[in-house]
Amino acid sequence: MEGLFSIAAWEKVWIYRSTFLLGLYNTGRMALLALLLSLLLGMLFGLMATGGKKYLQGISRVYVELIQNTPLILQLCFLYYALAFSGKSLGIIVTGTISLGIYHGAYVSEVIRAGIGSISKGQFEAADSQGFNYVEKMYYVILPQSIKIILPPMVNQVVNLIKNTSCLYIIGGADLISLTYSFVTGATTGGAYAPAYLVSGLLFFVVCFPLSTLAGMWEDSLKKRDRRAAGGQKAIS
Amino acid sequence: MSTLEGSLSILKNPAILVYIFKGVAFTIIISLVAVGIGLVLGSILALVRNYCSKEKILLKWLATAYIEVFRNTPLLLWIFICLVFCPIPEALSKRMFGLTSVEVKLLFKGATALTLFTSSVIAEIVRGGLNSVDHGQFEAGHSQGFNTIQIMLYIVLPQAYRNIIPTLLSQVITTIKDSSYLANIAVIELMSRVKTLLSAANRYNGTGSVNVSDVFVLFGFAAIIYFIINFALSFLVRGNSNVKTKQYCHPRERNTTGGVPYEL
Repeated sequence: MEGLFSIAAWEKVWIYRSTFLLGLYNTGRMALLALLLSLLLGMLFGLMATGGKKYLQGISRVYVELIQNTPLILQLCFLYYALAFSGKSLGIIVTGTISLGIYHGAYVSEVIRAGIGSISKGQFEAADSQGFNYVEKMYYVILPQSIKIILPPMVNQVVNLIKNTSCLYIIGGADLISLTYSFVTGATTGGAYAPAYLVSGLLFFVVCFPLSTLAGMWEDSLKKRDRRAAGGQKAIS
Repeated sequence: MSTLEGSLSILKNPAILVYIFKGVAFTIIISLVAVGIGLVLGSILALVRNYCSKEKILLKWLATAYIEVFRNTPLLLWIFICLVFCPIPEALSKRMFGLTSVEVKLLFKGATALTLFTSSVIAEIVRGGLNSVDHGQFEAGHSQGFNTIQIMLYIVLPQAYRNIIPTLLSQVITTIKDSSYLANIAVIELMSRVKTLLSAANRYNGTGSVNVSDVFVLFGFAAIIYFIINFALSFLVRGNSNVKTKQYCHPRERNTTGGVPYEL
């Protein structure tokens, strides 16, 4: 721990600050692209799960269960080594982005399924009776109502996504944690453990803390309003 | 002999199967220990964060800081930090459970990191449970002459725990998945053993080189094991929460979270 107060170690971190900034940039870029991919997949499979067609529901269920019940690291290694040994390596960052997107797509799909499932059946029937087709029904009636239930857990997913970029380390990653580790163990840069870990932890914290606090507060206010509504109903009946 | 048959023959080697299943055992043990100790630590943290105020406000801030710091930084960072800074008790730096002393040390450090990380998540789960207990319960306890600690032990915590059983079970699933992060520092659990086997596959599959089919067979096998463990657990969660919602919950309350076991 004494390294925390050594000026030389802090100087080393300052001199190599571009390492941390590059790591943060890589982590952010990967998280953003993976988020887009996971939104795409989550929307697709979430709508499939709520569409009412049995075989589409089955496909979506299999995807969600397979992905949610195996570790992200395993999926990442599977994808990376399968591509590498068949000679079609995509590079670390692209592979990482794809497997992060697929992994979180399963969670996003569950969130969207729950959001759509929470809308009462009457809304679907009302939209049908007004002659909306499927896309119109979803776009104008169902999704605007479910979005407030979907958003808080979605923000939590974004936080997890950012934290999970660290799993790239196992395939020799380029994210913030991997670069920090190669910085503290490097031959010329090594030794400044405490300051380097503090800096990279702080960078993660600064990004994740506001998001997770926002999600928590949002969820609490939804719960409170829901309880009030439930209490009101009880009072009426 | 085709490469796929060669890869499958790896799994027919009894020594390798024993090697893998020892990894499975360690994965389960590490996760259960992490959740068990995490439950104790997390309960203390949650109680402190929820009910310490006035003169003990400093304790509350400390608990809040601990929870938020661990929840908003990646597990891998804490694994690396424990790798360097975690002190090892003298009694543990020797050979045991058929492991070398280096492996025991790594196991201890990795498990410590996972426990610290998990306890912060469980603290938030317990806090959710505590908040779900009606405030009238406290007043009823006080009116019966219980003091605060007795109220917590006999009235509030039992109800809170009963409410969070499904969430805790899905946290076990998350912890089992998170324990694969320990593969990064070569702790002897399932993921790192499979990875070691892959890099040595050329010696066992009879073709003299690592093929793409080895990746599919070895990682596929590991995926099946993880899937069986976690799917069984999630089945338990679902059964449990169905019974619970029927028994206790007002139907409208289900809407807020929609029963989604999203990762905290």
